[in-house]
Amino acid sequence: MNFEFRAIYWRDMVKFFRYKSMLFSSLIQPVMWLAFFGLAMSESFDQLTALIPPIDGVQIVDYLSYMGAGIISMNVLFSSLFGGTVLMFDKQFSLLRETLASPVSRVNIILGVGLSGVTKAYIQTSIIIVFGKLLGMDFFMGYTLTETLIAIAGIFLFVGLFTLGFLFLSGSIAITIEKPEGMQSILTLLSMPIFFVSNALYPIDAFPAFLKFLSMFNPLTLLANGIRYFALGDNFSVIGNHYVYTTMDIGMSFLGLLFFALSMLAVSLWRFNKVDI
Amino acid sequence: MTANVIEVNNLEHSYGSVKAVDNISFSVQEGEIFSFLGPNGAGKSTVINILTTLRKIQKGEARVNGYDVAKESKSVRKSIGIVFQMLCLDYEMTVCENLEYHGKIYSMPKNERKKRIEELLKLTELENKRDTLAKDLSGGMKRRLELARGLMTKPAVLFLDEPTIGFDIQTRMRMWEYLREIKRAGTTIFLTTHYMEEADQLSDRISIIDHGKIIVTGTADELKNKLGKDLIYLETSDNKVAVDILRAIKSVKNVTEDTKSLRVMIGEDVTHVLPQIIEQIRQAEIDITTINIKKPSMDDVFVHYTGHDLREGEPQEKHEGMEIMGGSE
Repeated sequence: MNFEFRAIYWRDMVKFFRYKSMLFSSLIQPVMWLAFFGLAMSESFDQLTALIPPIDGVQIVDYLSYMGAGIISMNVLFSSLFGGTVLMFDKQFSLLRETLASPVSRVNIILGVGLSGVTKAYIQTSIIIVFGKLLGMDFFMGYTLTETLIAIAGIFLFVGLFTLGFLFLSGSIAITIEKPEGMQSILTLLSMPIFFVSNALYPIDAFPAFLKFLSMFNPLTLLANGIRYFALGDNFSVIGNHYVYTTMDIGMSFLGLLFFALSMLAVSLWRFNKVDI
Repeated sequence: MTANVIEVNNLEHSYGSVKAVDNISFSVQEGEIFSFLGPNGAGKSTVINILTTLRKIQKGEARVNGYDVAKESKSVRKSIGIVFQMLCLDYEMTVCENLEYHGKIYSMPKNERKKRIEELLKLTELENKRDTLAKDLSGGMKRRLELARGLMTKPAVLFLDEPTIGFDIQTRMRMWEYLREIKRAGTTIFLTTHYMEEADQLSDRISIIDHGKIIVTGTADELKNKLGKDLIYLETSDNKVAVDILRAIKSVKNVTEDTKSLRVMIGEDVTHVLPQIIEQIRQAEIDITTINIKKPSMDDVFVHYTGHDLREGEPQEKHEGMEIMGGSE
């Protein structure tokens, strides 16, 4: 086993923390979503919730907390989906040449890029959780310290797999495509259905059957499920929708994300081995 | 006994139906600077890409530092340093970080990296630029940083693909000084160039390459001496007749006709031959309008062996590397 992926990781991190404007905007963006979109939407949805009779013994979760999980998922989606773009520029300005000409195997390059993406995703996730708690998000309500730590570990596990999957995907596109405009349009095209055909921001119960079916396989739905399970518990209701997560459900979500990440790894290896310089 | 660091036998490479490299064989000895001189599109970069394992070998055999480029690419990669034709530095990182990164991807231990970086900063005179971002360096400094990076792992061979393309002459000459210094320290250097002076000034041996073939190989002096000791350029009122007269003179090795002038290669000291040449042409009642004597240069060597000027064969397309490469220091 060699550890050259650490070099790739190191380089990415050096640059991430060097450019304060980029660092700042990537950190401030999730906070803005929570602060503006989150607070505005939760006010209107919570008025709606108040009209719906509560189900006995089921904890009612306010929309802000429900959406908090969605904001995490959404941020992680966009930063990982667009995270591969850097590889396209590296390739175009031939920065990649040095690395591709070295004895480092391609899988190490992919792993390095993947790990730095995961690190950034963890930073964003932590910020949303901390800031969300300050805004009154009900994450980890009534949890003991150990339970909270386990829940955070669970969230990070899901976020990690999800990020790797989308980074590998966008890295594969970046390394294949020649023009920045093409990359941009492909990513926008991809992000629309992934984002909207999911339960990230709203429940999918009222979706048309076909979209509902699709959304069950959407990695974003799987991630949002995982985060809600760990942060809000396995039995809660939001805007009149009753959520029950069994261990089986979460296990399937986990396996779904694992499958997604591994297949994207395979795709990216295939694409990277084809790169000619 | 010097060993061959690079050994190439019957190398061929095609892009579709176009043969870029046509049955090339050569070897580079340990410690020498070996140049491939030829116009753009002659196949130089293809050869360098095959030797550095960036391009799969199609036909023939090549060994670098004793390793087969086809079967032992990882060992080849560990043995070499590369300075690409296009600048490829990470502009968002400092001079030190660029070197540090290179050491890391080649799995150099930390203290070794540190020591080597200091040595190389000193060699390339970038010591007071260590914390400068690569994008803030001048063109020449960027190239020096690439040179330092190529040497980071103490490679057996340093490959340079058109190392001074786009630079002014002062920057180029400084670069040559660094390369001589590197050679003195014992590194074998293989470089491609389309600058005559570069091949001439720098190389121990030169291969002239044109249309994918090696036309001739030798030291700069050997190649020039094959053209004779001196060259005379003549313009006369009747070149046609003058050629025949010149060819009949014993010490004239060869005469070639240009559009206007005649190029006469002289096998011995020109000072003794010149009066004789003038005398005989005058006797035929032909006027000599200009006369010019010079020592053969690499330009003459190139024209002699390829039948065309180096710049004639040069495609007019813009060079990708040019824009990002600053001119002078």
